[in-house]
Amino acid sequence: MAQFLRACFNNPLNAMISLACIAILAWALPPFVQWAVIDATWNGNAQTCRANGGACWAFIREKFWFSMFGLYPYEERWRPAVMMAILVVMVLASTRRAFWNRWLLVAWALAAVAMLVLMAGGVFGLMPVATRQWGGLTITGIIAVYGLSLGYPLAVVLALGRRSNLTLVRWFSTGVIEVVRGVPLITLLFMAAIMLPLFLPEGVTLDRLVRVLVAYTLFTAAYMAEVIRGGLQAMPRGQYEAAEALGLSYWQKMRLIILPQALSITIPSQVNTFIGLFKDTTLVVVIGVFDFFTTLRAALGDSNWLGFGTEAYLFAAFVYFVLCFAMSKYSQRLERDFRPAGQR
Amino acid sequence: MNALTLPPGITWRGIFWQALLLVLVLGTGWWLVGNAERNMAARGLQFGFGFLERTAGIPIGESVIPYTSQDSYARALAVGITNTLRVAVVGIVLATFLGVFLGLARLSANPLLRVLTGGYIEVIRNTPLVLQLVFWQALILQLPAVRNALHPLPGVFLSQRGVRIPGLLANPALGWFLASVAVALLAWWLLVRRERARQMATGARQPTILPGLALLVGLPGLAMAAFGVPYVEWPELTGFNFEGGLNLSPEFFALLVGLVLYTAAFIAEIVRSGIEAVSRGQWEAARALGLAPGRIMRLVILPQAMRVIIPPLTSQYLNLTKNSSLALVIGYPDLVSVANTAINQTGQAIEVIALFMAVYLIISLATSLAMNFYNSAVALKER
Repeated sequence: MAQFLRACFNNPLNAMISLACIAILAWALPPFVQWAVIDATWNGNAQTCRANGGACWAFIREKFWFSMFGLYPYEERWRPAVMMAILVVMVLASTRRAFWNRWLLVAWALAAVAMLVLMAGGVFGLMPVATRQWGGLTITGIIAVYGLSLGYPLAVVLALGRRSNLTLVRWFSTGVIEVVRGVPLITLLFMAAIMLPLFLPEGVTLDRLVRVLVAYTLFTAAYMAEVIRGGLQAMPRGQYEAAEALGLSYWQKMRLIILPQALSITIPSQVNTFIGLFKDTTLVVVIGVFDFFTTLRAALGDSNWLGFGTEAYLFAAFVYFVLCFAMSKYSQRLERDFRPAGQR
Repeated sequence: MNALTLPPGITWRGIFWQALLLVLVLGTGWWLVGNAERNMAARGLQFGFGFLERTAGIPIGESVIPYTSQDSYARALAVGITNTLRVAVVGIVLATFLGVFLGLARLSANPLLRVLTGGYIEVIRNTPLVLQLVFWQALILQLPAVRNALHPLPGVFLSQRGVRIPGLLANPALGWFLASVAVALLAWWLLVRRERARQMATGARQPTILPGLALLVGLPGLAMAAFGVPYVEWPELTGFNFEGGLNLSPEFFALLVGLVLYTAAFIAEIVRSGIEAVSRGQWEAARALGLAPGRIMRLVILPQAMRVIIPPLTSQYLNLTKNSSLALVIGYPDLVSVANTAINQTGQAIEVIALFMAVYLIISLATSLAMNFYNSAVALKER
């Protein structure tokens, strides 16, 4: 404590900075605590909230399951709930490095299929549910998981293509990556939502969620491809030459020697890129897909609960923060673990 | 010579894969174009940019260039482009200042300041920008009505209708004033360069600060004496509205605040890691030479940190520009939202989307080129 005080007040300038910091905290914190905790309403309805004057957490309580599942039919809500449970288990399992092997990929593929079957229904006596009715955190999870698992293989191909000796392949991959990265995700979503239907044969329509996924997958692929390219470039030439000297073909060389190393050294940056991509799932609002944030905003329109926007936004921010912060801490841990011995 | 001998480095296998790719790309393209032609014909649309000449009738609330709803689609889209550029340019400048400040604050010796900026950076970086934009917009809509506008600084009014700040009146005196300031700065810079070259050659040092300040005061003074004093217009509250000054609409203000606060958090991390990337030995060596702390930063650390900072900073500038398309969510008439209205009215989706993607690509390319140029200027000069 004494050390802390000394660091804060060891010279006049520092003391002034400290006082300014304390002033900011004193100005902002007490009113916030008053509003968010002391005057807050945890149970009850809009009337009790207005009477208490503080934050209306009862509103979040009321809309919590709606923000998770959106308009999914009420009596079928166990299906998205099971889906989310599968997702949580898979994500937690994937953070354990002991599980990093090919069976994890198989498990993810199975989980992806199971998630889709659960949500869409139509088989095993499950009632079919149109994607229009999907919503909430479930759909955020679906977009993130499917975007990543479809985009990742594409990213590897694009990254290899950009480093290829074949001129046309290199041009094509570079073109795709640069164009997708050069435009905002919103424009890609527009393209998928408005332009794609014009390019399909007559009578063929794609589900709106599928169109969102097309755009999001392409976006994920282009950004991941650049991260992976960084890994490919960081490989010492000797690795390529040694593989060639062994007489391995291009694909053997990449599959057995280069990619395993290039992918694993870039895992921390991949996680960081994924955090950005995860936050970008909120952009689907522009074409009317009800992700977690949009669903919460829709809940604001409930005429029984008007005027609790701040609570809804803070709750949404809290959920995204917890998820993204956990991912970024995880990525920092990986970075530390992967750093070669001897470096700080 | 055998007709089947290929030049070194080229294999039949390579030719096969490239040919396959070419056929696939061209084939898919041909198929898509064919579909599009049939679909557009079925909807009574014709491909082409002729619609750009037609009257748009899109009401646009704010514009840098003159615009009425009788103008053409081309002009409406141009308004969108200038609005995008306006928020991007102002945003980049403000985010850079705030970001550098936060990055240095994060490295401060003062633990309170460090923790406070660290908390800010983590919260901002780990929540989606859309959420932040909507939050700022909601906050601005909760501001008091014009009559009770907040008045935190002289000449600044915050109300539901946006932010009023003092504006410079666009008269000839202002033009001459700005020109004289620019000339004075240029002359000062040339003077500093010449004196530095002379110091290198002879070791003698001439003061440059006093003559520089004299230039900076004297030239604009002369301009004001000759052409009049530039007039700053202060906003005034007159009953139900403001008069004079510059108005920033609530949408523009929400977008600007959101983009600046968001991007500054990322820039802060870039600046911090750039400075941390300079090895301790450099600090110690500079201190051993007897340089003052300010000079250590300016002459030794920053030039080296810049090399690490510039490339990711470029991509942050591009991100800010691309993120400005989220204007659509809060109703600021940027390129994407004007284009979106144009698509809804004309149905010419392919042309409009191609147009705005091209604009973003050009902006991205121009920014990268400018920053690459700057980067090569500060890059390590190796023999």
